[in-house]
Amino acid sequence: MLYAALIYTPDLDFAEAPHAQEWLPQYAAFRDEAGERVVGGKPLAPTATATTVRVLGARGGEVVVSDGPYAETKEVLSGFYLLDCADLDEAVALAAKIPGAWHGAIEVRPVADFSAVQGYFGADQADRAGKQR
Amino acid sequence: MEDPLAQTVRLEGARILATLVRTVGDLGIAEDAVQEATVTALREWPGSGVPDSPRAWLTVVARHKATDLIRREGQRGRKEREATQLLDQTTPEPPEPVGAVGSDDQLRLIFVCCHPALAPESRVALALRTLCGLDVPEIAAALLTSEAAMAKRLTRTRQKIKQAGIRYRVPAAEELPARLTAVCAVVHGLYTAGHTRLAGASLLDVDLCTEAVRLARLLRELLPDEAQPEALLALLLLTEARRPARIGPDGEPVLLADQDRSRWDAAAIDEGVRLLASSLDRTEGQADPYQLQAAIAAQHAVAPTASATDWAEIARLYDLLLSVQPDSAPAALGRAVAVAEAYGTPAGLAALDALDASAPDPHDHRRTAIRAELLARLGHYAEAAATMRRSLDEPLPDPERTHRLGRIAIWEARR
Repeated sequence: MLYAALIYTPDLDFAEAPHAQEWLPQYAAFRDEAGERVVGGKPLAPTATATTVRVLGARGGEVVVSDGPYAETKEVLSGFYLLDCADLDEAVALAAKIPGAWHGAIEVRPVADFSAVQGYFGADQADRAGKQR
Repeated sequence: MEDPLAQTVRLEGARILATLVRTVGDLGIAEDAVQEATVTALREWPGSGVPDSPRAWLTVVARHKATDLIRREGQRGRKEREATQLLDQTTPEPPEPVGAVGSDDQLRLIFVCCHPALAPESRVALALRTLCGLDVPEIAAALLTSEAAMAKRLTRTRQKIKQAGIRYRVPAAEELPARLTAVCAVVHGLYTAGHTRLAGASLLDVDLCTEAVRLARLLRELLPDEAQPEALLALLLLTEARRPARIGPDGEPVLLADQDRSRWDAAAIDEGVRLLASSLDRTEGQADPYQLQAAIAAQHAVAPTASATDWAEIARLYDLLLSVQPDSAPAALGRAVAVAEAYGTPAGLAALDALDASAPDPHDHRRTAIRAELLARLGHYAEAAATMRRSLDEPLPDPERTHRLGRIAIWEARR
């Protein structure tokens, strides 16, 4: 199964020298340990760089753009991995090794499974809608 | 009321689930398979007669259903194919390494169900539903919540298990303590369901009580250094010790004051009191709800006569229990009764009034019945009879209903 490991930590710029020095080796060690079970993921720039976009009403409605992240919180989404694990226990055990787990917290969520509705709108469309990478 | 055939099917179904889920490795599939097998049994047994071994019959049918279900799901992976292969063999279940949780299928599966990725109340509800075979109203009553909330919770829990990919896996030794509180709650809920039937022909279900005591004993043996299983076993033994005297020759309830105390199980009481003392030593006097409830049960169990009961101490223990479980309606009711006994009927009625004001619950027939008894003690027979009549609006076990109708008849003759 595919799981997203959403990494919530204090809002840091991980590309800044002191933070990079502290965290990059730890994340590199995690990647080595996780091996092929990491199938995707990226670190994110700090929320100061975030822009939130919303369309009012329906498609084609007024586009409202605002500065900042979707929600102002003490710990913020600072990156994510896509993990390929047999089950939740394995995903949780692996998530516990992501440095963000002791820097903040990791939310583990299964990627949505469209297999049950494929018959309704065609395998191709389901596949594109659910395209993971 | 549930007929005996349906009850056999339900209880045996819950028992074979424990074994089947181990083979399939998927609670949802095992549950569906057992459900289909029990439906088949209920359809066929009335015509063909109950087989010699209902459990063996249900096991064979449920395994076939599970195989079908897995095949139907088609695109599933290697693990499921292995499970199908296992199921195709007609040999007995493969033995599983005993491991940290011991050799009892039922207890092991309760530990599996009490997964930390599920909310604590959900773990308990799920285990009671799927492993112990309780129905939604029974679970709601045991866990002090409404039926609607419980049904919703069970649905959400099943969805999370399926969607989040929580699989059957026996926890390792170091994972047990984190699951212990929920496991204790499952065993306690099972006992409560057996000890206090909500409806039907009998006041209690001896099988459920016995199974809960058995599990509590296994749990204590599994984790002998933990205070909680020790207190739970103490509570169940001290309650169970009085069970034989609770029911009269015709299945009618016998009130505590009228019980033949020579029929109480003295050995179980001794053991319960010892376990409670040992458990309290471990927590250095900091009492948890099981310890407090066990202490209340012990007060009753060691009183040589009803009149020698230390009701003031029982009221004090209920106060402590309510300080750690402020929302427990049964504890608040127990306290009101103890207050009535210790400090007089008006004080007990005042406690009931306070309870009504803070937590109105029009469906609590026990509260209504206790109010009726207290009113009768004050000689307000007409009001007592009318109040007791209101308590009959809810589902009740038949003997309890008969008992209350008898009280009403006595009071109406006096007014």
